[in-house]
Amino acid sequence: MKDLSLHVMDIAQNSITAGATLIKVSLICCDGFLVFRLSDNGNGMDEELLKTVTDPFTTTRETRKVGMGIPLLKLSAEMTGGSFKIESRKGEGTSTEARFVIDSIDRIPLGNVDETLKTLIMANPEIDFEIKFQSEKSSFELKTEEIKKYLNGVPIDNFEVIDWIAGKIRDGLKVVFGGVLNEISG
Amino acid sequence: MKSLAELEAIRERALKEMSLRENTGKIRVVVGMATCGIAAGARPVMNAFIEELHKRNVQNVNVTMTGCIGVCRLEPIAEVITPDGKKTTYVKLDPEKARRIVVEHLINGRPVKEYTIDEVE
Ligand code: FES
Repeated sequence: MKDLSLHVMDIAQNSITAGATLIKVSLICCDGFLVFRLSDNGNGMDEELLKTVTDPFTTTRETRKVGMGIPLLKLSAEMTGGSFKIESRKGEGTSTEARFVIDSIDRIPLGNVDETLKTLIMANPEIDFEIKFQSEKSSFELKTEEIKKYLNGVPIDNFEVIDWIAGKIRDGLKVVFGGVLNEISG
Repeated sequence: MKSLAELEAIRERALKEMSLRENTGKIRVVVGMATCGIAAGARPVMNAFIEELHKRNVQNVNVTMTGCIGVCRLEPIAEVITPDGKKTTYVKLDPEKARRIVVEHLINGRPVKEYTIDEVE
Protein backbone atom coordinates (compact mmCIF):
# COMPACT_ATOMS: atom_id res chain seq x y z
CA MET A 1 0.00 0.00 0.00
CA LYS A 2 1.52 3.26 -1.02
CA ASP A 3 -0.19 5.51 1.48
CA LEU A 4 -2.03 5.42 4.79
CA SER A 5 -5.42 6.20 3.26
CA LEU A 6 -5.35 2.86 1.43
CA HIS A 7 -4.65 1.05 4.70
CA VAL A 8 -7.61 2.89 6.23
CA MET A 9 -9.79 1.55 3.40
CA ASP A 10 -8.47 -1.95 3.90
CA ILE A 11 -8.86 -2.10 7.67
CA ALA A 12 -12.35 -0.60 7.35
CA GLN A 13 -13.32 -3.28 4.83
CA ASN A 14 -12.42 -5.89 7.48
CA SER A 15 -14.87 -4.17 9.83
CA ILE A 16 -17.57 -4.16 7.18
CA THR A 17 -17.02 -7.84 6.49
CA ALA A 18 -17.27 -8.41 10.26
CA GLY A 19 -20.76 -6.88 10.19
CA ALA A 20 -19.93 -3.66 12.04
CA THR A 21 -22.64 -1.02 12.36
CA LEU A 22 -20.29 1.56 13.87
CA ILE A 23 -16.76 2.30 12.70
CA LYS A 24 -14.54 4.87 14.40
CA VAL A 25 -11.54 6.21 12.55
CA SER A 26 -9.06 8.54 14.11
CA LEU A 27 -5.79 10.12 13.01
CA ILE A 28 -3.87 11.84 15.74
CA CYS A 29 -0.52 13.62 15.64
CA CYS A 30 1.04 13.70 19.05
CA ASP A 31 4.60 13.72 20.40
CA GLY A 32 6.20 13.01 17.05
CA PHE A 33 3.87 10.12 16.24
CA LEU A 34 1.03 9.86 13.79
CA VAL A 35 -1.42 7.44 15.33
CA PHE A 36 -4.08 5.75 13.21
CA ARG A 37 -6.84 3.99 15.09
CA LEU A 38 -9.83 2.16 13.75
CA SER A 39 -12.33 0.41 15.95
CA ASP A 40 -15.59 -1.33 15.20
CA ASN A 41 -18.44 -3.17 16.86
CA GLY A 42 -18.34 -6.11 14.44
CA ASN A 43 -18.06 -9.83 15.11
CA GLY A 44 -14.54 -9.66 16.45
CA MET A 45 -12.03 -12.48 16.38
CA ASP A 46 -11.03 -15.17 18.81
CA GLU A 47 -7.41 -15.41 19.91
CA GLU A 48 -6.45 -17.99 17.37
CA LEU A 49 -7.72 -16.00 14.42
CA LEU A 50 -6.20 -12.85 15.86
CA LYS A 51 -2.78 -14.51 15.89
CA THR A 52 -3.27 -15.67 12.34
CA VAL A 53 -4.14 -12.25 10.97
CA THR A 54 -1.09 -10.49 12.39
CA ASP A 55 1.39 -13.11 11.24
CA PRO A 56 2.23 -12.69 7.56
CA PHE A 57 3.46 -16.26 7.25
CA THR A 58 0.38 -18.06 8.43
CA THR A 59 -1.61 -15.59 6.38
CA THR A 60 0.05 -16.44 3.11
CA ARG A 61 0.14 -20.16 3.75
CA GLU A 62 -3.58 -20.66 3.97
CA THR A 63 -5.41 -18.36 1.65
CA ARG A 64 -7.68 -16.55 4.01
CA LYS A 65 -9.70 -13.83 2.49
CA VAL A 66 -10.07 -11.39 5.36
CA GLY A 67 -7.37 -9.41 7.08
CA MET A 68 -4.67 -9.88 4.48
CA GLY A 69 -3.70 -6.26 4.84
CA ILE A 70 -3.07 -6.34 8.60
CA PRO A 71 0.55 -7.58 8.40
CA LEU A 72 1.20 -4.92 5.76
CA LEU A 73 0.00 -2.16 8.06
CA LYS A 74 2.00 -3.59 10.94
CA LEU A 75 5.14 -3.67 8.83
CA SER A 76 4.55 -0.18 7.54
CA ALA A 77 4.26 1.23 11.07
CA GLU A 78 7.22 -0.74 12.43
CA MET A 79 9.45 0.34 9.57
CA THR A 80 9.28 3.91 10.84
CA GLY A 81 10.25 2.84 14.34
CA GLY A 82 6.61 2.92 15.39
CA SER A 83 4.37 0.14 16.63
CA PHE A 84 1.21 -1.80 15.94
CA LYS A 85 -1.51 -3.20 18.14
CA ILE A 86 -4.71 -5.07 17.48
CA GLU A 87 -7.28 -6.06 20.05
CA SER A 88 -10.38 -8.05 19.43
CA ARG A 89 -13.11 -9.74 21.34
CA LYS A 90 -15.41 -12.30 19.84
CA GLY A 91 -18.86 -10.76 19.52
CA GLU A 92 -17.76 -7.30 20.61
CA GLY A 93 -15.50 -5.83 17.99
CA THR A 94 -11.98 -5.13 16.93
CA SER A 95 -9.68 -2.20 17.40
CA THR A 96 -6.51 -1.61 15.46
CA GLU A 97 -3.81 0.93 16.19
CA ALA A 98 -0.76 1.79 14.11
CA ARG A 99 1.78 4.35 15.31
CA PHE A 100 4.10 5.97 12.79
CA VAL A 101 7.13 8.09 13.58
CA ILE A 102 6.27 11.29 11.73
CA ASP A 103 9.82 12.28 10.79
CA SER A 104 10.94 8.85 9.62
CA ILE A 105 11.90 8.73 5.95
CA ASP A 106 10.08 5.40 5.80
CA ARG A 107 6.73 6.90 6.76
CA ILE A 108 4.19 6.55 4.00
CA PRO A 109 2.22 9.74 3.32
CA LEU A 110 -1.36 10.24 4.47
CA GLY A 111 -2.66 10.01 0.91
CA ASN A 112 -6.20 10.68 -0.12
CA VAL A 113 -7.95 10.25 3.22
CA ASP A 114 -10.98 12.22 2.11
CA GLU A 115 -11.56 9.91 -0.86
CA THR A 116 -11.28 6.86 1.38
CA LEU A 117 -13.79 8.21 3.89
CA LYS A 118 -16.12 9.53 1.20
CA THR A 119 -16.28 6.19 -0.61
CA LEU A 120 -16.70 4.31 2.67
CA ILE A 121 -19.66 6.45 3.71
CA MET A 122 -21.20 6.38 0.24
CA ALA A 123 -20.94 2.62 -0.12
CA ASN A 124 -22.15 1.85 3.40
CA PRO A 125 -24.97 4.26 4.18
CA GLU A 126 -26.31 1.98 6.91
CA ILE A 127 -23.03 2.03 8.87
CA ASP A 128 -22.27 4.92 11.20
CA PHE A 129 -18.82 6.44 10.95
CA GLU A 130 -17.15 8.57 13.58
CA ILE A 131 -14.16 10.42 12.24
CA LYS A 132 -11.64 12.29 14.31
CA PHE A 133 -8.50 14.23 13.42
CA GLN A 134 -6.34 15.79 16.06
CA SER A 135 -3.01 17.54 16.34
CA GLU A 136 -1.36 20.04 18.67
CA LYS A 137 -2.79 22.66 16.34
CA SER A 138 -6.45 21.79 16.15
CA SER A 139 -9.04 19.02 16.12
CA PHE A 140 -11.92 17.90 13.94
CA GLU A 141 -14.82 15.52 14.38
CA LEU A 142 -17.53 14.25 12.09
CA LYS A 143 -20.23 11.76 13.00
CA THR A 144 -22.44 10.46 10.24
CA GLU A 145 -25.14 9.66 12.78
CA GLU A 146 -25.50 13.37 13.49
CA ILE A 147 -25.55 14.22 9.80
CA LYS A 148 -28.23 11.58 9.22
CA LYS A 149 -30.35 13.10 11.99
CA TYR A 150 -29.90 16.49 10.45
CA LEU A 151 -30.80 15.20 6.98
CA ASN A 152 -34.03 13.85 8.39
CA GLY A 153 -34.97 11.40 5.66
CA VAL A 154 -32.70 12.54 2.85
CA PRO A 155 -30.30 9.64 2.32
CA ILE A 156 -26.68 10.19 3.29
CA ASP A 157 -25.52 8.61 0.04
CA ASN A 158 -27.15 11.41 -1.95
CA PHE A 159 -24.37 12.68 -4.25
CA GLU A 160 -24.50 16.27 -3.07
CA VAL A 161 -24.55 15.25 0.57
CA ILE A 162 -21.52 13.02 -0.03
CA ASP A 163 -19.73 15.90 -1.77
CA TRP A 164 -20.46 18.15 1.17
CA ILE A 165 -19.11 15.54 3.59
CA ALA A 166 -15.96 15.05 1.48
CA GLY A 167 -15.42 18.81 1.43
CA LYS A 168 -15.91 19.00 5.16
CA ILE A 169 -13.34 16.25 5.69
CA ARG A 170 -10.88 18.00 3.37
CA ASP A 171 -11.28 21.20 5.38
CA GLY A 172 -10.68 19.21 8.57
CA LEU A 173 -7.52 17.58 7.26
CA LYS A 174 -6.09 20.94 6.24
CA VAL A 175 -6.90 22.68 9.49
CA VAL A 176 -5.61 19.86 11.69
CA PHE A 177 -2.60 18.55 9.75
CA GLY A 178 -1.61 21.47 7.53
CA GLY A 179 1.98 22.31 8.41
CA VAL A 180 2.06 19.41 10.88
CA LEU A 181 2.54 16.67 8.30
CA ASN A 182 4.74 17.89 5.48
CA GLU A 183 2.53 16.34 2.77
CA ILE A 184 -0.30 18.70 3.75
CA SER A 185 0.34 22.39 3.21
CA GLY A 186 -0.60 24.62 6.09
CA MET B 1 -15.28 25.97 4.55
CA LYS B 2 -18.33 23.76 4.29
CA SER B 3 -21.15 25.11 6.41
CA LEU B 4 -24.35 23.65 7.80
CA ALA B 5 -26.31 26.22 5.82
CA GLU B 6 -24.99 24.60 2.67
CA LEU B 7 -26.07 21.18 3.92
CA GLU B 8 -29.51 22.58 4.64
CA ALA B 9 -29.80 23.86 1.06
CA ILE B 10 -28.74 20.45 -0.25
CA ARG B 11 -31.32 18.80 1.97
CA GLU B 12 -34.13 20.93 0.66
CA ARG B 13 -33.14 20.38 -2.95
CA ALA B 14 -32.88 16.64 -2.37
CA LEU B 15 -36.30 16.49 -0.74
CA LYS B 16 -37.87 18.17 -3.76
CA GLU B 17 -36.16 15.81 -6.15
CA MET B 18 -37.09 12.78 -4.10
CA SER B 19 -40.77 13.58 -4.26
CA LEU B 20 -40.50 13.94 -8.04
CA ARG B 21 -38.92 10.57 -8.55
CA GLU B 22 -40.89 7.37 -8.59
CA ASN B 23 -39.61 4.23 -7.03
CA THR B 24 -37.84 2.76 -9.98
CA GLY B 25 -35.71 -0.34 -9.60
CA LYS B 26 -32.13 0.44 -8.79
CA ILE B 27 -29.04 -0.78 -10.56
CA ARG B 28 -26.27 -1.87 -8.20
CA VAL B 29 -22.58 -1.41 -8.81
CA VAL B 30 -20.48 -3.46 -6.41
CA VAL B 31 -16.76 -2.78 -6.30
CA GLY B 32 -14.38 -5.39 -4.85
CA MET B 33 -12.50 -3.79 -1.97
CA ALA B 34 -10.35 -6.62 -0.62
CA THR B 35 -6.68 -5.86 0.10
CA CYS B 36 -5.68 -6.94 -3.40
CA GLY B 37 -8.38 -4.78 -4.98
CA ILE B 38 -7.36 -1.72 -2.99
CA ALA B 39 -3.71 -2.23 -3.90
CA ALA B 40 -4.69 -2.57 -7.55
CA GLY B 41 -6.58 0.74 -7.52
CA ALA B 42 -10.18 -0.13 -6.62
CA ARG B 43 -10.79 3.05 -4.66
CA PRO B 44 -10.19 5.51 -7.53
CA VAL B 45 -12.35 3.24 -9.69
CA MET B 46 -15.16 3.44 -7.19
CA ASN B 47 -14.73 7.19 -6.92
CA ALA B 48 -14.88 7.49 -10.72
CA PHE B 49 -18.23 5.63 -10.72
CA ILE B 50 -19.56 7.97 -8.04
CA GLU B 51 -18.34 11.15 -9.72
CA GLU B 52 -19.47 10.25 -13.22
CA LEU B 53 -22.93 9.26 -11.97
CA HIS B 54 -23.15 12.54 -10.09
CA LYS B 55 -21.93 14.56 -13.05
CA ARG B 56 -24.57 12.99 -15.28
CA ASN B 57 -27.20 13.23 -12.58
CA VAL B 58 -27.99 9.51 -12.65
CA GLN B 59 -30.11 8.69 -9.64
CA ASN B 60 -31.11 5.07 -10.06
CA VAL B 61 -27.71 3.54 -9.32
CA ASN B 62 -26.31 2.44 -5.97
CA VAL B 63 -22.56 2.14 -5.68
CA THR B 64 -21.46 -0.19 -2.92
CA MET B 65 -18.41 -2.21 -2.01
CA THR B 66 -17.66 -5.75 -0.99
CA GLY B 67 -14.70 -7.78 0.21
CA CYS B 68 -13.12 -10.59 -1.73
CA ILE B 69 -14.59 -11.45 -5.11
CA GLY B 70 -12.11 -14.28 -5.57
CA VAL B 71 -10.02 -13.34 -8.60
CA CYS B 72 -7.14 -11.21 -7.29
CA ARG B 73 -5.26 -11.13 -10.54
CA LEU B 74 -8.19 -9.48 -12.33
CA GLU B 75 -8.69 -6.69 -9.81
CA PRO B 76 -10.01 -4.00 -9.75
CA ILE B 77 -13.32 -5.76 -10.28
CA ALA B 78 -16.86 -4.40 -10.27
CA GLU B 79 -20.16 -6.14 -10.73
CA VAL B 80 -23.15 -4.42 -12.26
CA ILE B 81 -26.45 -5.93 -11.18
CA THR B 82 -29.57 -4.70 -12.93
CA PRO B 83 -33.03 -4.81 -11.31
CA ASP B 84 -33.90 -7.94 -13.32
CA GLY B 85 -31.04 -9.71 -11.53
CA LYS B 86 -28.65 -9.81 -14.47
CA LYS B 87 -25.03 -9.61 -13.40
CA THR B 88 -22.12 -8.32 -15.47
CA THR B 89 -18.61 -8.70 -14.05
CA TYR B 90 -16.06 -6.12 -15.17
CA VAL B 91 -12.37 -6.74 -14.54
CA LYS B 92 -9.02 -4.93 -14.63
CA LEU B 93 -10.77 -1.61 -14.31
CA ASP B 94 -9.38 1.88 -14.08
CA PRO B 95 -11.20 5.19 -13.59
CA GLU B 96 -11.51 5.77 -17.32
CA LYS B 97 -13.11 2.39 -17.94
CA ALA B 98 -15.45 3.03 -15.03
CA ARG B 99 -16.61 6.28 -16.64
CA ARG B 100 -17.27 4.51 -19.91
CA ILE B 101 -19.30 1.84 -18.12
CA VAL B 102 -21.42 4.59 -16.55
CA VAL B 103 -22.28 6.08 -19.92
CA GLU B 104 -22.69 2.94 -21.99
CA HIS B 105 -24.03 0.41 -19.52
CA LEU B 106 -25.60 2.27 -16.63
CA ILE B 107 -27.17 5.03 -18.71
CA ASN B 108 -27.65 3.49 -22.14
CA GLY B 109 -28.10 -0.11 -21.06
CA ARG B 110 -25.39 -1.61 -23.26
CA PRO B 111 -22.73 -3.56 -21.32
CA VAL B 112 -19.15 -2.74 -22.35
CA LYS B 113 -18.30 -6.24 -23.57
CA GLU B 114 -14.56 -5.77 -23.93
CA TYR B 115 -14.11 -5.09 -20.18
CA THR B 116 -16.12 -8.08 -19.01
CA ILE B 117 -14.56 -11.12 -17.40
CA ASP B 118 -15.54 -13.37 -20.31
CA GLU B 119 -13.69 -11.22 -22.82
CA VAL B 120 -10.57 -10.64 -20.74
CA GLU B 121 -10.11 -14.23 -19.56
S1 FES C 1 -8.27 -11.64 -1.98
FE1 FES C 1 -8.08 -10.88 -3.98
S2 FES C 1 -10.00 -11.20 -4.85
FE2 FES C 1 -10.12 -12.07 -2.89
